Amino acid sequence: MIELEGLTKRYGEKVAVNNLSFTVRPGIVTGFLGPNGAGKSTTMRMILGLDHPTAGDVRIDGKHYQQLKDPLTYIGALLEAKAWHGGRSAYNHLLCLAQSNGIPRSRVREVLETVGLTAVAKKKTKGFSMGMGQRLGIAAALLGDPRILMFDEPVNGLDPEGIHWIRTLMKSLAAQGRTVFVSSHLMSEMALTADHLVVIGQGRLLADTSMADFIARNSRSYVRVRSPQRERLLDVLHQAGVVAVESGDGVLEVDGGKAEHVGELAAQHGITLHELSPQQASLEEAFMQLTAESVEYHAHSETSPRPSGQQWGDGWKRG
Amino acid sequence: MATTQVVRSEWTKIRSVASTVWTLSLVVVVTVALGMLISALSKNEFDSMGAQERAEFDPTFISFAGMSLGQLAMIVFGVLVVSNEYSTGMIRTSLAAVPQRGSFLFSKIAVAGGLALLVGLVTSFAAFFLGQAMLGEHRAEIGDQGVLRAVIGGGLYMALIAMFSMGVAAMLRSPMLSLGILMPFFFLISNILGNVDATKKVGRFLPTRPAARSCRWSRPSTTTPRTGRGADWGSWACGCSRR
Repeated sequence: MIELEGLTKRYGEKVAVNNLSFTVRPGIVTGFLGPNGAGKSTTMRMILGLDHPTAGDVRIDGKHYQQLKDPLTYIGALLEAKAWHGGRSAYNHLLCLAQSNGIPRSRVREVLETVGLTAVAKKKTKGFSMGMGQRLGIAAALLGDPRILMFDEPVNGLDPEGIHWIRTLMKSLAAQGRTVFVSSHLMSEMALTADHLVVIGQGRLLADTSMADFIARNSRSYVRVRSPQRERLLDVLHQAGVVAVESGDGVLEVDGGKAEHVGELAAQHGITLHELSPQQASLEEAFMQLTAESVEYHAHSETSPRPSGQQWGDGWKRG
Repeated sequence: MATTQVVRSEWTKIRSVASTVWTLSLVVVVTVALGMLISALSKNEFDSMGAQERAEFDPTFISFAGMSLGQLAMIVFGVLVVSNEYSTGMIRTSLAAVPQRGSFLFSKIAVAGGLALLVGLVTSFAAFFLGQAMLGEHRAEIGDQGVLRAVIGGGLYMALIAMFSMGVAAMLRSPMLSLGILMPFFFLISNILGNVDATKKVGRFLPTRPAARSCRWSRPSTTTPRTGRGADWGSWACGCSRR
């Protein structure tokens, strides 16, 4: 269990983490989501005692990180990739970590086997690919067989096979009753792995909710219908007890309805349809709306995703 | 956190990188080879020396002539041992494993300092015996007065130079910055400080002074072989450990 209480970090004038309070519980994967620069890595560094909080408190199983005896046996962390000496072999890197925490040498071989690096264990790590580096970082996190695991952007730079492996690993660690805390800036990634979600933006807590709740609240599925006989279609739908909303440009949105059902109703009444398509508001969209105000670095290119509802040129019209 | 665990871990770290092997090998090879060369040259020059020069002839000191260059490799060793942690990003992993900064730094300096002492002593003894072998009939014996103390002092000096470099690197965290400050410091600044009246007092406490002092001072001639800077290094080492 990781408990944060009013955790704050200031770098001069800039507030990186602002009064953050939440709890990461065991037995589930907790996703830590936020746009780039939201303060995720800073928060994780403070959990590990690598950064001192300006204010507030963070405890691991009720203790400060500094008070943990052999901390790697309590909490294992994958921070930024390549936090090791490139001239040292993977085996020796893990060995020196194991020795510092009184972990038996045999465990080094075990974790190398787990992450699939046995074949390159004696090779210098500077020749490792991004994926191998991530695996070595994960081996170091697993080394002490800790009850708490923390991964900072673990899927960054991995190939699809590696991503799949990490997802499975995180889920199985949580299934063993461990606390798994994983950060990401990709909602789609979290939707696949996390059971609980903590969202931050500009260092502030934006949401602390279960994944199921977040999906239920934020992902709306609806059927998009366009018809030249809009009024008639509305009547027909109303009579059938289907709720439709107009959303401009002659488009009707049928919440929670099935496309087949709407199509059959239209056919029975001889109504022409120009479009009938099931839609799903993506979680990514919901996440972007949630964090829109707190995104630090907005891209201003035409290809940048805009929060839905806002049209290109809106700002100009308003100005 | 048991300190023995951290010491063992630091030993694994230090023995598993190539820079340890090549910097320390360089210390031994440069110091011994240069000492032998200068000893051989001095032997050939002895006959053409004047009486004053012959009286000041210090075989122990001559066989240590390579140390002025060999110590640079020792500085590089000390700097790399510490700054590698920062330049590679290993420091984050290290401090997550050993959150007690004091224990971490103490263990690192103890292990690296111990290794530097061992290599320093081996170098010092090798430089002495091989240098004396080159000097032929003008040689000093290890049993001569003050010689053993000088040879051990030479090894101690090497270890302290390494530890001094580790301290500087721990403060500056960058290998380039540390070397950029230490190299000119050992070559120039301490000489300047020591030679200007106003700063002489400061200069006396710098680690390079024993070396410079024995180079500059002409001593009254005696019949016993001189202990040269080895002894001065020894006294500097003792002085440092007292402070």
